[in-house]
Amino acid sequence: MLRLEPRPERSRVLLWTTPLLAAGMTIVSAYLLFLIIGVDPLKALGHVIIDPFSNSFSRSELLVKAAPLALIALGLSLGFRANVWNIGAEGQFTLGAICGGATALAFYGVEGLWLFPLICLAGMLGGMAWASVPAALRTRMGVNEILVSLMMTYIAVLLLSALVSGPLRDPDGFNFPESRIFHDSAIPPILIEGTRAHIGIAIVPIVAIFLWWLTRYHEIGFSLRLLGDTPRAGRFAGFSENRAVWFCLMVSGGLAGLAGALEATGPIGQLVPGIPVGYGFTAIIVAFLGRLHPIGVVFAALALAVSYIGGESAQIAMSLPAALVGVLQGLLLFWLLIFDLFVGYRLRRVAPAKGGPRPAAETGPKVSESGGA
Amino acid sequence: MDEVLRVESVTKRFPGVLANDAVSFSVRHSEIHALLGENGAGKSTLVKILYGVLQPDDGTLSLEGRPFTPANPAAAREAGVGMVFQHFSLFEGMTVAENIALGLPGERPDEGFAARIRTLSEEYGLPVEPSRIIGDLSVGERQRVEIVRCLMQSPRLLIMDEPTSVLTPQEADELFVTLKGLRERGLSILYISHRLSEIRDLCQAATVMRGGKVVATCDPRTETARSLAEMMIGASLVQPVAAPSDPGPVRLSVEALDVPAEGPFGVTLDGVSLTVRAGEILGIGGVAGNGQTELMDALIGECPVAGGDILLDGASVLGQSPSQRRGMGMCFAPEERLGHAMSPGMTLTENTLISARRRAGLSSRGVLDFGAAARFAADVIGRFDVRTSGPQQTARALSGGNLQKFSIGREIAQAPMVLVAAQPTWGVDAAAAATVHRALIALAEAGSAVLVISQDLDELRSLSHRLAILSDGKLSEARPTAELSLAEIGALMGGSSLEGDLHATA
Repeated sequence: MLRLEPRPERSRVLLWTTPLLAAGMTIVSAYLLFLIIGVDPLKALGHVIIDPFSNSFSRSELLVKAAPLALIALGLSLGFRANVWNIGAEGQFTLGAICGGATALAFYGVEGLWLFPLICLAGMLGGMAWASVPAALRTRMGVNEILVSLMMTYIAVLLLSALVSGPLRDPDGFNFPESRIFHDSAIPPILIEGTRAHIGIAIVPIVAIFLWWLTRYHEIGFSLRLLGDTPRAGRFAGFSENRAVWFCLMVSGGLAGLAGALEATGPIGQLVPGIPVGYGFTAIIVAFLGRLHPIGVVFAALALAVSYIGGESAQIAMSLPAALVGVLQGLLLFWLLIFDLFVGYRLRRVAPAKGGPRPAAETGPKVSESGGA
Repeated sequence: MDEVLRVESVTKRFPGVLANDAVSFSVRHSEIHALLGENGAGKSTLVKILYGVLQPDDGTLSLEGRPFTPANPAAAREAGVGMVFQHFSLFEGMTVAENIALGLPGERPDEGFAARIRTLSEEYGLPVEPSRIIGDLSVGERQRVEIVRCLMQSPRLLIMDEPTSVLTPQEADELFVTLKGLRERGLSILYISHRLSEIRDLCQAATVMRGGKVVATCDPRTETARSLAEMMIGASLVQPVAAPSDPGPVRLSVEALDVPAEGPFGVTLDGVSLTVRAGEILGIGGVAGNGQTELMDALIGECPVAGGDILLDGASVLGQSPSQRRGMGMCFAPEERLGHAMSPGMTLTENTLISARRRAGLSSRGVLDFGAAARFAADVIGRFDVRTSGPQQTARALSGGNLQKFSIGREIAQAPMVLVAAQPTWGVDAAAAATVHRALIALAEAGSAVLVISQDLDELRSLSHRLAILSDGKLSEARPTAELSLAEIGALMGGSSLEGDLHATA
């Protein structure tokens, strides 16, 4: 009989090898899945894993996809450590796109270096405003922030649709639900000529290193960790739970909003109803795959970017279903959660609990060893 | 066969520790047998082996001459070993009968079962009413329920872990009468306690453990409390006693404090007033669950106050956060070590940052100084003899007594002007308790005001200059400890005013 028992100390080796084990098992299960649906598994896996690295354009696209994932997940992981569960980053991302895009349209045709920073700021404020609703409801009335932040997402998506069909619609756009295409001063500077790799990619490492410093060496990071691990000790230490809730939701909302503004003005270049494509939800996987550690999150975002680009590549080349990307990401989270169990627990083989009270007593103390063999 | 339980060269290893090293002893029929030892002496490990929670690496157990190898507590109970834990495992919202039925396989809390409980409780002189809700019972009554639950399985051996630590002196006396009654009916009891005087009263034999080994077997009736303590620690013991103080100005003053109850079984504090002067130790006694948690949390600043005031050097601290109160010179050592005073998953270094950030200079402008925190942790470890591999050890890995030494040491090392300590030596062995007591006395002698909230009357009587009793959310007037007799304290703990009940019963 096998039994799960808690480890005296969490295994640090496993903590950092689980993401690799999970990635490995995801590849194995994807292989089996391709086999079942009658697709050449090696060829399909080749498209998923190799294609994203095969040429310089794909490699730059990896960075373009990874940047918003990393920005959102960096904010989320801060909150997840403190037991503040912002599940609505998708909505905050959408609001960031709306506010950033609306700012760009308000200054349509106006040139100046100040405009793009203003757009970023507007995006951050939009995400923060959206996240302030769950924060206020949780701190004032004890409403669960998971439900509120999640439901706010649907409002945000519909709000975007309404705006691009109405006030923000392109006046010369033949009634298509789209805004004008943003002008030059309103779009992020390109980092690598000839690609879509924009300035937002350079922001990621700066934010990651700052948040790493904050969690490692600053009282704020310590208070979030303490309140997350042992809330009562956090109160004893004089830290305020309400302040932590606000801080986490404002940082994660602001970063999701920034990612939204960058996405709308950068790779997309206008406001369209299809801006929210699930980055806010995928970022939850990124946060856990990166072990809620700011530097780990950056690498995890790259891994998930591979699943997007490789999945799309396999879809195009082998006409596989569009659900492929979601299936791969779901498998990855599934295996991650399975392996995560073993960070805190281990399996042990134990003797059957009872073999009848009296006979067991007569076989002596060795019974526990022979019973398990 | 005269022996009920025989333990022969039982050995149990944990990584890095030999918890039981060839332990042998036996418990005879109709005997109350004391198991004595400091924290970490190996008592808990031994008891866990007897109750089937752990399996020995080596050695044999026998119960009434038959080999005894319990694979789990259920098997131990079936074989005839019952155990009453220090902390009860009862559901407060359920009835006595339901709680007892839960612990017994195949029983249902119906009328017939209730009748059996009544018969058994009358037979053994343990009055319990099966239909009452646990939450409404006193601590002494809850303990009776635990004992009755064990007796329902007609055990040969009953293990009791620190049973009097939660009782008033009167309740403890009742328990002793009960235990002597059980002994006369042929039951053997393995009795674990730190209170040496009650062991001399109650037990016919004692096994003393130190460092995982049995170091002595004796008849406690022929020993003194002091000689027993010295066997346990293997050295001579000097119990520190507070010198008469010459108190200075009032440092801490609580005025007519009202605090709402915490949770459905909490207690409402009703007009609690007290003052502690510089150089003075004020003791607050009383049985747990009479408002100690609420008083402590209100002093720390963790819970809202409904009325009254808390003044530190004449200035109100209401509305100030725990950190701000520490900044004003007030430190706190709460009762619950893991989960309140300390975070189990963090290292000792990180744990110093919980309460000592400002006073010990471990943080400047919000940036943490881990080097300074590690030095502070190492200092506490050294001064209070905390047994650990070092400041990088996680708190969870420390034993209860060592955690207690660290968490109270962390506060004393900050040299506070006012220290509020709850249960400062709870679960700590005699030598470590003496260290903590000496440090508290030294702190008071240096001019600090010390408030000790404790259930251990011996501790309060040797440590405090004045003593007040908390009962049902009301605090009695503090009186010089030397003037209070044990009978008076007991009456106050039972909730009667000094003038009323005491004279009626005296």
